[in-house]
Amino acid sequence: MSQLDFEKPILELEAKIAELHHVSGDSAVNIADEITRMQTKASRLLQQAYSKLTPAQKVQIARHQQRPHFCDYISALIEDFTPLAGDRNFAEDHALIGGLGRFQGQSCIIMGQEKGHDTQSRIKHNFGMARPEGYRKAQRLMKMASQFQLPIITLVDTAGAYPGMGAEERGQSEAIAKSIETCLRTDVPIITVIIGEGGSGGAIAIAVADRIYMLEHSIYSVISPEGCASILWRSGDYAKDAATALKLTAQDLKQLKLIDGIIPEPTGGAHRYQEETIHNVERTIQKAMKDLMPWDKEKLLKSRREKFLAFGRNI
Amino acid sequence: MNWLTDIIRPRIRSIVGDQKEVPDNLWHKCPSCEGMLFHRDLQDNMNVCTHCGHHLRITVKERLAIMFDDGRYETIDLPKVAYDPLKFKDRKKYSDRLKDSQNKTGLKDAMTIAKGTIGGQNVVIAAFNFSFMGGSMGAGVGEAIVRAAKEAVKTKSAFITIPASGGARMQEGMLSLVQMPRSIIAVEMVKEEGLPYIVLLTDPTTGGVSASFAMLGDIHLAEPGSTIGFAGRRVIEETVRETLPDDFQTAEYLQEHGIVDVVVKRADLRETLGRMLNLLMDPQGDSAGGTKKKGSNAKVNGKAAPAKTSSGGKNKSPAAKATKQIQAAQSAAKSAKKNKKKSAKKPAAKKVAKA
Repeated sequence: MSQLDFEKPILELEAKIAELHHVSGDSAVNIADEITRMQTKASRLLQQAYSKLTPAQKVQIARHQQRPHFCDYISALIEDFTPLAGDRNFAEDHALIGGLGRFQGQSCIIMGQEKGHDTQSRIKHNFGMARPEGYRKAQRLMKMASQFQLPIITLVDTAGAYPGMGAEERGQSEAIAKSIETCLRTDVPIITVIIGEGGSGGAIAIAVADRIYMLEHSIYSVISPEGCASILWRSGDYAKDAATALKLTAQDLKQLKLIDGIIPEPTGGAHRYQEETIHNVERTIQKAMKDLMPWDKEKLLKSRREKFLAFGRNI
Repeated sequence: MNWLTDIIRPRIRSIVGDQKEVPDNLWHKCPSCEGMLFHRDLQDNMNVCTHCGHHLRITVKERLAIMFDDGRYETIDLPKVAYDPLKFKDRKKYSDRLKDSQNKTGLKDAMTIAKGTIGGQNVVIAAFNFSFMGGSMGAGVGEAIVRAAKEAVKTKSAFITIPASGGARMQEGMLSLVQMPRSIIAVEMVKEEGLPYIVLLTDPTTGGVSASFAMLGDIHLAEPGSTIGFAGRRVIEETVRETLPDDFQTAEYLQEHGIVDVVVKRADLRETLGRMLNLLMDPQGDSAGGTKKKGSNAKVNGKAAPAKTSSGGKNKSPAAKATKQIQAAQSAAKSAKKNKKKSAKKPAAKKVAKA
């Protein structure tokens, strides 16, 4: 997954350029021209590849391991981040992280799924698949946000809620349902950004917001393309077709009026340009927060409800 | 050989021989005990196996008839929605699948809205038709739940949902996922008015349907043996790589885990609901429904009593064990006290702690 198949020629070219740079450093021969020529070619190829991405390719990009994750956004955008742990009932869930922090000086509650960046951390974060405890912690934090009148930022990146025996026994369904209910009852601004993968119920549990944005190459779907293909096509081989049919890209969902906006990623994707992407996310959240902060409680609750009731009626 | 061919065979034929002319659907096989069930017996018994008590699936029509007072109710038309905005196509077009289901079932979508009374109290029911694309929830179903909730608010009725669904209708993509918050908004409207919201979980209630309005009832009832859960059994088995207990995700299992209030037999459904609704909606017991109930209440209590003790019996067993142990420990302590006051305290205390 660290290499995307459609990026192969670009990656090879980039490797060559790096090699030439190395050579040019200790040889007298001037190969600067050659390097520039290759760089132009590489950026042209990148432009070409990213101008006509298929939904299936977007699925790959959205799941790319080098894509900035929840923790990257926290360290870049949130000052004084203070993680808060536990659902006060059973356990702490490392798949869904949340806490207090300052976004551009404004104290807020921020939460989201963290997939982890290497084997060890992926296991710790359960690959970003939260258990009921995660969704109960989310409820707890939303209630806290309401109590102290702090805005909420949620960053969504999960394949879905964890399908496990313990999760079922402790009421995974109830935890997700209550989390959605809590979103609808919370009288402070809620801003959601789908930063990678928005996987079904596990994603929407913390994504019932006043503003919902998606990164340009993120996805948001009712079921994974693989799961959909294995049910409707009776074979996982049709995942590409399912990815297209499901209309899971940011562009499709903007057209269906299910999201408020698309946050651009530099050509080449967030996995190549982490800083720029995070900065774009920052500007979008900043603008949304400026819009929403003057709203009173009633207006927030009423318009959030109306927003969701309008889904499907307005297309 | 003559007696065999001449006497026994014709006799067997006379008993079983006609079977070929009997249409297949006159006999049903119980999926649980595999006992044969005559269709009329099954119908008379509310689609519950007469041998083992297994609750077979039941059509919405039949269910509503056994739930509403005198089997009388009124249906409400489903609101119109934009079907297939994604122009979804797998091996078959979604629009064709939809038409097939509509023709097969004579329904517009996987939902029936009905209103009437139960136990004398006004009730609006939103019931899933599992036979319509597996009871999956898309925009049509979500909109119907909103419509039903509004009706409950308008007529000051209790709201009952009866999920029987595999989950979200994936052919509608994200438009089906957003029905989770939409259906919850519907339920919120009812709750804000102080009206009861009751869920009757039936077989099956899974996926996005279970993770939304179905888990937010003031009271959760469930039919015996129903499968209720978030993720499918196979998905979980593949993820955790271990075999799950046989009763995993059944109504009874969920009750043990604190997610379901009462597992109700179909035969007790109307009485149970009537009693609950009267307790919630008629606190002083003085409305028409209340006075009517007073007479029938004794019956309800009389009938419910054995059910209570039997279900209580299950729950009690561990508790009863514990009290027995405590009693034993206490009596041990007492007798020990009689014998040797000082030395007896220690073992008795230990036993109590264990119990």
